[in-house]
Amino acid sequence: MHLSSYSVIKCNMAIIWLIMLSASLGLMIFTDPAAAVNSMITGAHGAVELSLNLMALYAFWLGFFSLIERLGLSRGLEKLLRPVIKRLFPSCDTETRKFITMNVSANLLGLGNAATPMAINAINRMDTGDKKASTDMIMLTVISATSLQILPTTVIGMRATAGSANPADFLFPSLVATVLSTVIGIIGVKLCAKIFDRKKNKCAANKLPENPSPDMTPTKTGNKKSRRKKRRALGSIR
Amino acid sequence: MSAYIIPIIFLVVLLLSFVRRKEPYGGFIDGARQAVDLTINVFPYLLAVMVAVEAFRVSGASAYLADALAPALQSVGLPKELAELMFLRPVSGAGSLAVLDGIYSDYGADSYIGRCASVIYGSSETIFYISTIYFSQSHVRKLRYAIPVALIATLTGCITGCYLLRFF
Repeated sequence: MHLSSYSVIKCNMAIIWLIMLSASLGLMIFTDPAAAVNSMITGAHGAVELSLNLMALYAFWLGFFSLIERLGLSRGLEKLLRPVIKRLFPSCDTETRKFITMNVSANLLGLGNAATPMAINAINRMDTGDKKASTDMIMLTVISATSLQILPTTVIGMRATAGSANPADFLFPSLVATVLSTVIGIIGVKLCAKIFDRKKNKCAANKLPENPSPDMTPTKTGNKKSRRKKRRALGSIR
Repeated sequence: MSAYIIPIIFLVVLLLSFVRRKEPYGGFIDGARQAVDLTINVFPYLLAVMVAVEAFRVSGASAYLADALAPALQSVGLPKELAELMFLRPVSGAGSLAVLDGIYSDYGADSYIGRCASVIYGSSETIFYISTIYFSQSHVRKLRYAIPVALIATLTGCITGCYLLRFF
């Protein structure tokens, strides 16, 4: 399972890379064969320069975000997000929803590396062995894939490196685009679910009583403690 | 207006972490240290893709692609120079980063093209990459309508953002 889908990722980019490179080499053999080697070496030099620039940007922003992390802002964000997530993922259990919340808040802060393992956990918890993705899985994927990042840090840094007069002047349109794409994505998933999932929902309704009520009062204190423990464990993974 | 946002956030975070005794200096250094590993991880991908992108550009193939997609892009108000970026963005983070860098050095970061590219890169994600990696450890093989919905939503957002750029 593992390997096969990693190879899908590689395939996507590998094929595009192969096509790009062979098409350009094929063209240059007819037009300007001397330029072929030069251009590829120039590209390699460009990569070194760009990654040095990127290291500076990453160091700067990661330093800043570690301050935010220490202030507990992402915890606060998670608290704010909880009711929203509950509405978007009504059929998930609380533990899954917690992973989703952490994924969304990390994505909002632009910490994609922290967000991905949370999403994988959430998807694994929703996994029923079915080969088709459920609506909730699709919702989570679409929300992440339409970008949530409030502050496009890499772009701001790269514009500053390129000598922009005001590197953050595209923030407002970019924020509108980010929010709009996510809203359209959510609406799109809800619509598609209504159109395609009618039969499925009926089947699912019969199977439901798997998780009667995770918030039952008698076990509440115990629940909280274990929740906190799990959270701490997750924090250290991050 | 937008010039104030980041310095203000910075100042607030710095002062808050100082007041709450979170050692802002040490925290910043701890965060910055992670950048080395991150860069080393990204470097080979970046190199592979930049070799291809540069050859693609010098050979003129990039111009053919831009010309082929120009009518479609211009009908939604996007400059044709962004064809390559739009193409690579959903597939590869490193690839689109390389193209973005090229756009800044070719047309300038403050040109309309450069700003458009900023909005597109800043408000989108590597859709194909995310959707494969999220399901990498599950049994799910069919993502159904996930990718089309995400692509359409992102495209609509980008078009709107680039349109708004004319007023800001």
